[in-house]
Amino acid sequence: MTTTETTATGKAVEVLRIDGLTLDLPAEHGAHRILHGIDLALRPGRIHGLAGESGSGKTMTGLAVLGLLPDGARTGGRIRLDGTDLLTLPPRQLGALRGRAVSMVFQDPSTSLHPMLSIGHQLTDHLRHHRKLDRKAARARAVELLGQVRIPNPAAALRSYPHQFSGGMRQRIAIAIALACDPQVLIADEPTTALDVTVQAGVLRLLRRLCDELGLAVLLITHDLGVMSALADSVSVMRRGRVVETGPRGQVLTAPRHEYTRTLLDALPGRNTP
Amino acid sequence: MSPRWAPSRRVSGGGRLLARHPLARFLLRRTAVAVLLAFGVTLVTFVLTNVVPGDPAAANLGQRAIGDPAVVDQFRKQHGLDQPLPAQYVTYLGHLFQGDLGESQQTHQPVLTDLATAVPATLELAGAAIAVSLVIGVALGVVAALRRDRLTDQLLRVVSLLGVSVPTFWLALLAFYVFFYQLGVAPGSGRLAPGMAPPPYVTGLHTIDAALAGQWPVFWSAAGHLVLPALVLTAYTVGLLTRFTRSAVLDVLGQDYVRAARAKGLPGRTVLLQYVLRAALVPVVTIAGLAFGALLSGTVLVESIFAWPGLGAYAYRSATTLDLPAVMGVGLVVGIVYLTVNLAVDVLYGVIDPRVRVQ
Ligand SMILES: Nc1ncnc2c1ncn2[C@@H]1O[C@H](COP(=O)(O)OP(=O)(O)OP(=O)(O)O)[C@@H](O)[C@H]1O
Ligand SMILES: [Mg+2]
Repeated sequence: MTTTETTATGKAVEVLRIDGLTLDLPAEHGAHRILHGIDLALRPGRIHGLAGESGSGKTMTGLAVLGLLPDGARTGGRIRLDGTDLLTLPPRQLGALRGRAVSMVFQDPSTSLHPMLSIGHQLTDHLRHHRKLDRKAARARAVELLGQVRIPNPAAALRSYPHQFSGGMRQRIAIAIALACDPQVLIADEPTTALDVTVQAGVLRLLRRLCDELGLAVLLITHDLGVMSALADSVSVMRRGRVVETGPRGQVLTAPRHEYTRTLLDALPGRNTP
Repeated sequence: MSPRWAPSRRVSGGGRLLARHPLARFLLRRTAVAVLLAFGVTLVTFVLTNVVPGDPAAANLGQRAIGDPAVVDQFRKQHGLDQPLPAQYVTYLGHLFQGDLGESQQTHQPVLTDLATAVPATLELAGAAIAVSLVIGVALGVVAALRRDRLTDQLLRVVSLLGVSVPTFWLALLAFYVFFYQLGVAPGSGRLAPGMAPPPYVTGLHTIDAALAGQWPVFWSAAGHLVLPALVLTAYTVGLLTRFTRSAVLDVLGQDYVRAARAKGLPGRTVLLQYVLRAALVPVVTIAGLAFGALLSGTVLVESIFAWPGLGAYAYRSATTLDLPAVMGVGLVVGIVYLTVNLAVDVLYGVIDPRVRVQ
């Protein structure tokens, strides 16, 4: 029914669709409901921003897509990737999609890259696993990827370790790792929050370019509405485990319908209440 | 104003190799430090041996000879004990470089000869024990971490607690009594069956020498004699390593890079072996170094109970008889073993963690 609706409205085909996602995490007494029915849709070549205060459930929504929720998590609703429900998929098949069809970039590249494994190792191990590439082919692909994310001297970079790069470069490497197997969907959880202000814009531009060139469907999680207005095509605003507002960027950020979005916007520096 | 044409510092072939290989440079630096420290060890053993109260002349001469000042003087002169201490140290170092550690007043053999059989005997015992402990301890620690708070974890917690708290000498006595006297499954004391000739000396480790010579009956006898004392020694280290590995693995499991590895869709086994274990080994290596030290002191008791002709037994005998050259030889060996273990730990750090190589 929902699919017919989208085709009727003439929008691009959705690759990922989240319907009524609920999440309960184990708490001291019984379970604690974290997500109360989330609806989201991602389209190829589009960046969908997910905003909201700390603790509103943005990260959990992203992790649910990858099936990487904390132990004891119970979910409800549907997360469909090209029609396949990820929530009911057996672990093995979900594992085969992870990193291949759906990838994730984490907040802090100084902790999300393994400090003791070379860039080459981390850039090729999943390639070799998913794509069954041999060492040489995986290496060639890795060099190509590092070029794509603008790492100078890719061949030397493969032999280096994360601590030899700056924060911005590390995040570019993490993005290259996420893109290695040509995923359809990229979940970027606060990809610039841990970075120097001076390099944030570069990483964001890179995301935009990759999204356009590769036709990626991007879920950009951020609580920075400035980032959102610069980059996202459409936006959802979350609060306490619910999506309170969804729509095209222009509409949500300039003419918010929900008062919570308005308070968020008012909190932005350099903006005064009209 | 430095002239522009000043020759740039030339890098030799070896220098270039080192410049390009941080690991090689790291290893070289650590080895150099270890050699320097080895000199410190000679000084410390020398000084310690000379400040202990007790007159070696009195200890090594019979009752009657002690009463005769001429004999005592003769003894002191013969052993250089009449010289000032710094002179004695220089003489000692000079002899040391020629491999001369003096003569044991107990065995009337060169100390070096005594050590050449005692040290390998202990190394065989301690080496077997630490190798087995590492395999078992790390495996149990990983299992405990993966089964956190479940029954397996609880059981392993009890087992490792027992391991670290049971006194080694008591365990050694119990094991000897049960497996030798009661069940008769363990071979008796010593390193080989009575009357069996040791294999030709290559390393001094009977198992390896026997295997090299193809003397399989000797090999099996040596290995059989090794099992019980080595297992007794592993109790403590297995307990220690299990507990530390468990907490190290749990710590690493919570790291972002492990979640990132899972997000890449890598199989659980790959994540565990390559991402988790690699990082968890850093603290485990530290503990393994300390555990080896504890294990060496444990050999003194275990060797005396199993009549194992090793360094512990030799040290005990020479200390109680104030056999100074022997005591100094033992001190030197123990110091060098500790230095080597520390060096090995440092080197392993460098191999495991590339961040350690730069400094
Ligand atoms: N492992 C966990 N076990 C139980 N509750 C958790 C766990 N991790 C997070 N939560 C709870 O889930 C809720 C949503 O957390 P989430 O990390 O998704 O928020 P967020 O929107 O990403 O916030 P932030 O902007 O701070 O990253 C929070 O209330 C948090 O306390
Ligand atoms: Mg978050």
